[in-house]
Amino acid sequence: MDLTFPIGQGAGLPAPITLGLALLLGIGFGAALERGGLGDGRKLSGQFYLRDLTVFKVMFTAIVTAMLGLYLLEWAGMLDRAALLAPPTYLLPQLAGGLVFGVGFVTAGYCPGTSCVAGMSGRLDGFAALVGMLAGMVVFGESYPMLEHFSGKTPMPDATLPGLLNLPDGLVAGGVALLALAAFMLIERFEAGRR
Amino acid sequence: MPPPSVPEPGAAGARSYANPYLAGVGLGVVLLCSFLLAGRGLGVVGAIRTLTGDAMRLLFPAHVAANPFYADERIATPFAARYWIVFEVAGLILGAWLSAWLAGRVRTQITHGPRIGDAGRMGYALVGGGIMGFGAALARGCTSGLALSGGALLGVGSWVFMLALFAGGYAAAWFVRRQWI
Repeated sequence: MDLTFPIGQGAGLPAPITLGLALLLGIGFGAALERGGLGDGRKLSGQFYLRDLTVFKVMFTAIVTAMLGLYLLEWAGMLDRAALLAPPTYLLPQLAGGLVFGVGFVTAGYCPGTSCVAGMSGRLDGFAALVGMLAGMVVFGESYPMLEHFSGKTPMPDATLPGLLNLPDGLVAGGVALLALAAFMLIERFEAGRR
Repeated sequence: MPPPSVPEPGAAGARSYANPYLAGVGLGVVLLCSFLLAGRGLGVVGAIRTLTGDAMRLLFPAHVAANPFYADERIATPFAARYWIVFEVAGLILGAWLSAWLAGRVRTQITHGPRIGDAGRMGYALVGGGIMGFGAALARGCTSGLALSGGALLGVGSWVFMLALFAGGYAAAWFVRRQWI
């Protein structure tokens, strides 16, 4: 069997199939977030007051699941990792943007995806966060001539943790999975102790 | 003034949420499928950026012509590649509604703690959304596209963004606690 992923490399599939696939994947994405309770601002903000660690649990379980799946397929010779569209690294702007984003997250009570989920569950504060986000995007766009220089600083487009640490991919993936597992066990003990 | 209503998540016949680890595995499988079938991860803020850019070009062509933020938006790429994320977010909206509706969780409300009113909470959500939109534009991604999708690929920028967003959130939490606790 010489099945190699990814199969839908943009140009590889006709546009209607590509976009239909996007819609289907989005439905799964939205349903998973909603089922996990991530459309509820109290659950999301609870992460930042250590009252509800659902955000951490869902997020890192998802990362580890996808990461291990990718590594297993790569190890089996069924994945062309270089063909995957990966978000490029720009170290300083992503550090600064992350700090700003986190402040906005706890203030809004939602991140971009979860504010959509909240809005569709009837939570009007989810829609307010979305409107704010649009405004924030336009403000960034309008101030871009001033921010362009900083925004393009420290580009390391293809930098990965295994590359940075000079360790085999599988070892770093395994390490991340074990760290997440250890964190989940600690969280469960912490929560059991509070009940 | 009566205390603002703070309904429990399972109020009025709604089903309770799934186990978070189970939901996480579900989300991870959808993300993995996205990588395997479409060759890319999931995202949200990219759709907002694409739509904002197109709207601005349509409404104020002269104004945005000189601004590289709108020009650098791969206008030359084929429609399906550029609008992939817009369709994915349309799916997210549909899937979230379906899931909430099937579980009896769709209810018009404003989410907040007991110490703040509806208007105050809407103000926080609006301002917080604004800060977040700005941060996401600067970082070129959000919790989904950058942290989740890039995190699974072990991208350096994704993990830096993830640590920074939790740091920013915990640092600011005390100042906005009135709306939640």
